[in-house]
Amino acid sequence: MNNEGLKDLLYKMADDALIIGHRNSEWTGIGPMLEEDLAFSSMAQDKIGHAQALYKILHEILGEEDPDKIAFLREEKKFKCCHFTELPIGEYDFSLVRHFLFDHAEALRYEMLAQSSFQPIVLLAKKIKGEIKYHTMHSDSFLKQLGTGNEESHARMQSALNYAFPFALGIFEKSEFENEIIADGIFAGEEELKKRWLEKIATIIAAATLKLPHVDESKIAYGGRKGFHSEYLKPLLDEMCEVVRTDPEAEW
Amino acid sequence: MSSLDPRIKRLDLKKTEEGEVHTNTHLITWEVFHQEKRGKQPMHVGAVHASNPEMALLMAKETFGRRGKTTNLWVVKSSDVYTFPTEDEDMFETTPEKMFRDPAYYKVRDRIEKFQNKQKV
Repeated sequence: MNNEGLKDLLYKMADDALIIGHRNSEWTGIGPMLEEDLAFSSMAQDKIGHAQALYKILHEILGEEDPDKIAFLREEKKFKCCHFTELPIGEYDFSLVRHFLFDHAEALRYEMLAQSSFQPIVLLAKKIKGEIKYHTMHSDSFLKQLGTGNEESHARMQSALNYAFPFALGIFEKSEFENEIIADGIFAGEEELKKRWLEKIATIIAAATLKLPHVDESKIAYGGRKGFHSEYLKPLLDEMCEVVRTDPEAEW
Repeated sequence: MSSLDPRIKRLDLKKTEEGEVHTNTHLITWEVFHQEKRGKQPMHVGAVHASNPEMALLMAKETFGRRGKTTNLWVVKSSDVYTFPTEDEDMFETTPEKMFRDPAYYKVRDRIEKFQNKQKV
């Protein structure tokens, strides 16, 4: 089994979950209404939980550092999250569209990993299946409700989608180990995932009366998987890691 | 349009210098019932605001189902719940006195009679 490819896959999944979880948690306390504030915050917590579970696999099975150290004491270059997760929360329309596009990719990725030759990820995929089901149910409802709401809500969702889509496509940036992990039966690959994702989101976007924008290949936000990040990741890490870095050896 | 929700009505929200106070009047209020286990009766736990039943369930899930065990949730439009006017509460005033309607009352009666009979012997 190719450990480097496997580690790369787990790192990018975990980093995506940690960073989008941290970003979405920025809505806590300022959400559009109390119930939604709770729901969005809970889902953000879930994402951070997914990241922790993945870092734990990396640590306990693949010999990487302790999960807290991986999350808080790595330099920016070592992170493998895509630019999409790094973007600021913006207005609620953007955060909802990101939640929709990201969570469907995440749900399908875990669905594919439920067939993986790497058992620990199969178990995790089973464990969090119900959690992720709620996440996509939530995002689909909001997308449909606001897409078909009124003229303003429709226009805002469409423009958020137009802005978000080239970044969302960056999720599927291939790794240098792509062929190996496919051959080893670890994961069926980014290309396959992207195909399933486009099919899945197309029907929901149509039901929300929105349109998928055409995106030129050159506009897709690649680089994150190789450690080249947007200008937004560094300030996020500085804030997220601020307390831990004042005393990395402290016992919590 | 003023809110149908008595909780919002009670607040008596008015226009302020900053403009109209938002009262979520575009949303519907839903009563939430929480079912802990299959077969157990759902218990009323509170209310959420949402524009349709699907979203009311989504909001209820995190508001009332985020801790402890949950099997299912029910949501019902608050406006579909009918109640007596508060001034009719007097209809229930003498009920607690009618002990003979309480099955537990007979259980105790039996035991007392049994005890009394024993004393006689």
